[in-house]
Amino acid sequence: MHDTSILLIELGTVLLALGLLGRLGRRIGLSPIPLYLIAGLAFGHGGLLPLSASEEFIEVGAEMGVILLLVMLGLEYSAGELVGNLRASAPAGLLDAVLNAVPGAAFALLMGWDWVAALVLAGITWVSSSGVIAKVLNDLGRLGNRETPVVLSVLVIEDLAMALYLPFLTAVLAGVSLAAGASSLVIAVATVVVVLLVAIRFGHAISAFISADDAEALLLGVLGLTLLVSGLADWLQVSAAVGAFLVGIALSGPVAHHAVQLLTPLRDLFAAVFFVFFGLSTHPGEIPHVLLPALALAVLTMSTKVLTGYLAAKRAGIALPGRFRAGLALMPRGEFSIVIAGLAVAAGVEPQLASLATAYVLITVVTGPMLARLPDTEWFKAMLRRRTAAVAARAALQTPDPHL
Amino acid sequence: MRVRVEQTALPGIGVRHDLVTASGRRIGVVSHRSGRRDLVLYDQDDPDACIASLPLTDDEAEALADLLGASLMLGQLAGLRSQAAGLLTEQISIPAGSPWAHRRLGETRARTRTGASIVAVLRNREVIASPGPSFAFQTGDVVVVVGTREGLDGVAAILAESDPDG
Repeated sequence: MHDTSILLIELGTVLLALGLLGRLGRRIGLSPIPLYLIAGLAFGHGGLLPLSASEEFIEVGAEMGVILLLVMLGLEYSAGELVGNLRASAPAGLLDAVLNAVPGAAFALLMGWDWVAALVLAGITWVSSSGVIAKVLNDLGRLGNRETPVVLSVLVIEDLAMALYLPFLTAVLAGVSLAAGASSLVIAVATVVVVLLVAIRFGHAISAFISADDAEALLLGVLGLTLLVSGLADWLQVSAAVGAFLVGIALSGPVAHHAVQLLTPLRDLFAAVFFVFFGLSTHPGEIPHVLLPALALAVLTMSTKVLTGYLAAKRAGIALPGRFRAGLALMPRGEFSIVIAGLAVAAGVEPQLASLATAYVLITVVTGPMLARLPDTEWFKAMLRRRTAAVAARAALQTPDPHL
Repeated sequence: MRVRVEQTALPGIGVRHDLVTASGRRIGVVSHRSGRRDLVLYDQDDPDACIASLPLTDDEAEALADLLGASLMLGQLAGLRSQAAGLLTEQISIPAGSPWAHRRLGETRARTRTGASIVAVLRNREVIASPGPSFAFQTGDVVVVVGTREGLDGVAAILAESDPDG
């Protein structure tokens, strides 16, 4: 058979399988991310149906997937929102970073890996999945809840922190010295700050430059600008993903609104390809070896996320049930963790890392949304009521009776 | 009485407005960027959580706002009378046999001639807020006018005219 026909047949099979999996996922109320990862495992080396001709195409598609995931993430926020959030929620963000990145790094060092792998694993365990969590909050009808802004601002801070973390990681993975890594970080910080300032001051001008009137011109304009900036960012070793994220933030108003509508189907297509590609680069045979460590890491860092949400909500004056809702909602890790692991795998860090990250994300993204429903169950509410009553009783015992 | 509405930004999603009613219940509206509105009702035992979240489309939200806003609209007009000294509101009816029935609001040229504005028309117990110049009167309509004493008298005189073209 001709190469092109094999390519088309393979791609068609993969996309058709993904479509069926997506439908299955919606029916059982599961995020498609774990399903796409499993599909990638099945199509990869040592899987059920190894792909040959389309691997290169999928690799480029995966790169597009990361860029589209991040530009859409950026489009969801305005620069003003990001800066406003930074002021209000910096302590919660810091707490989140310490409680969740440190266990990841410590775990990597315990596994006997070097500090580069520790830096990678810290990032993987740190960031929650904005996409999955926003969907879970929506599905559970919690968007109106008073702890929801706390959850969302933790996610915003994480996304913003990634704009600094990713370029730093890219520099470290490129094997440059600590001094060069530091200068790369300075470039990244300066770029992010300049883009935020430009977006706040001239966001309207940039958006006016790309007219929202003509759908075709808008699609090509936004996509072209995103790829161009991503490419330049990559060339400066600031990471293509961050470039895309910053383009998303800089666009605002009707342009951002229409661009979201136009880019969503493209994002869905290429993001699916990206998750499959990551599954492809993992050897399914290695999963059993890393299953126990991944499970231990998941239990550890899912508990620290619950603590993060609990403390952040407590700081915002939310009552006990709301603190648990915030904590349990924050557990799933997803697209960012895979983006980070993808960078590390491409750079050839620690061969076991890809399979560990796959297993870890699979565990958190499947169990996280299920555990997020816990606070709505009757027995959980009853338990909290008992606890509140016990605390009140203890407090009553300790305070001396004013009548005595 | 003024109602206090609390506004909270939901980054990435939209904005939430909520208020506590006189009966002590908290209700709110989550406005998504896409135009979707969620009507949310909070739990009495756990005031941080909502027990119901009703997604409404643009049109549904507007219809509901119309239903809820009708009495509020009159309340605001009644309040205006006492707040702004010298500015009055009056309700003038279009009786059966009036020459204005089936004629357009623009033809009265009420604002140009008197300085008073027709801000609403009450028809079959419904409020038609800010009618445009092409709005056609019907028998039984009650026209709500805002203006000075002289202005209101002027509009009343125009609407009482037997021959509008005269």
